[in-house]
Amino acid sequence: MKENVVIIGGGVAGLEAAKNLHRLGYQTFLVEKNKKLGGHVAIWHKLFPDMASTKAIIKEMVDDIKDVTVFLDTQVKTIESAYGGYQIAFSNGVNVHAKAVLVASGFELFEAAKKEEYGYGIYDHVITNADLEAWMNGNKDQRIPAAPKAIGFVHCVGSRDLKAGNSQCSKVCCMTAIKQAIEMKERFPNAEVYCFYMDLRLFGKKYEDFYINAQRDFGIHFVRGRVSEVSETIDGHLQVKAEDTLIGRPLKVQLDMLVLMAGMVANNQIKPIVEQAKLEIDSDGFLKSSDNITHIIESGRDGIFYAGACTGTKTVPETVAEARAAALAIHDYISGL
Amino acid sequence: MIDFGFTLSKSSTVDLNKIDHSRYDQLVKLVPTARMCMNCGSCGATCTVSEYKGMSVRKVLYGIQRGEDVKAMLSSCMLCGKCTMVCPRGINTRNLILNLCKLYD
Repeated sequence: MKENVVIIGGGVAGLEAAKNLHRLGYQTFLVEKNKKLGGHVAIWHKLFPDMASTKAIIKEMVDDIKDVTVFLDTQVKTIESAYGGYQIAFSNGVNVHAKAVLVASGFELFEAAKKEEYGYGIYDHVITNADLEAWMNGNKDQRIPAAPKAIGFVHCVGSRDLKAGNSQCSKVCCMTAIKQAIEMKERFPNAEVYCFYMDLRLFGKKYEDFYINAQRDFGIHFVRGRVSEVSETIDGHLQVKAEDTLIGRPLKVQLDMLVLMAGMVANNQIKPIVEQAKLEIDSDGFLKSSDNITHIIESGRDGIFYAGACTGTKTVPETVAEARAAALAIHDYISGL
Repeated sequence: MIDFGFTLSKSSTVDLNKIDHSRYDQLVKLVPTARMCMNCGSCGATCTVSEYKGMSVRKVLYGIQRGEDVKAMLSSCMLCGKCTMVCPRGINTRNLILNLCKLYD
């Protein structure tokens, strides 16, 4: 085995990088704060555009790293520059001197309850995109009615929202909302489904096709306007208010359940590492790359690299591509190239 | 009763639960592509009578989903079919207008 490399974060970025670094012959340590690998993707049900099962994807990725040293339920306690690398102490008592460190700490889901006007945690039938995926994965959820007749999706919850401290577009939520709207319509064909959006940002491969299908084949209604407030009627329905900006009039509708598309925000749990390793935070709160065009995976600090959503909102394929690129960049760095 | 000169304004709110959707539902059965409109506005931009009568297939199609009276716009259409040529989603707009006129008859 060649030099030690530490990967912080066991989501799709960490898993993919661990596989590649191990294959390149490095003694790879993967540290994950949770008791399970797979990160946010592991709680999701299916991934667009192929509607692939996340269970199968994560299983394959975890199987691929069975020879890598994995520390679950473990955090980085301290990290300091030492002997041309980094001395890292983990919360499980292990100390490792790594030649290179890959930060793959990902994102956090915006806390939907902070947008109090949408009533998450207050009204009985308001859930988030993550709650819906967990329900589709078989979790029981009292908030989802047995036979909803009207379902709403609110785009951009905590994203593109300066007041919530997040100017960035969360990028995947438009497509996720359309995917979930279709999945709900498949389960409840008689329900009316509404998506409340400001713009539809369907930039990726086959995303626009999903939008066309949602309209043509599923009759999903798209209302252009940001939901301003949600209230509960006396009979337990949700009343949603928005301006229909295409017609220039206020609009209201009663729904049986509402799904909030909580966006990706910077993972603040990485802060101690950022301070100790003297990394930079960008103006959007995510980790600052050397540049945002050709050196996204480089931190500007020798031997520290980034992959995935720790530097900004990313799709799964983008994250996987970055993880592979980072493994190669680490190999080049250690090889002195 | 003293008249203080106060009046009540009619609410402009679109209440989706109170709107009659039957005409739109009939229309999409006759012209299924009508559902695919993404409100780009090409139809209105190219319309021969839009600048004189405010006609736009987009406005007609959206209007009936929001409970607006679109009869005046419909009657101004000359059925020239230019909107059908420019629609990026391939909606049969001319057929849509014809069918909607029949539904209003």
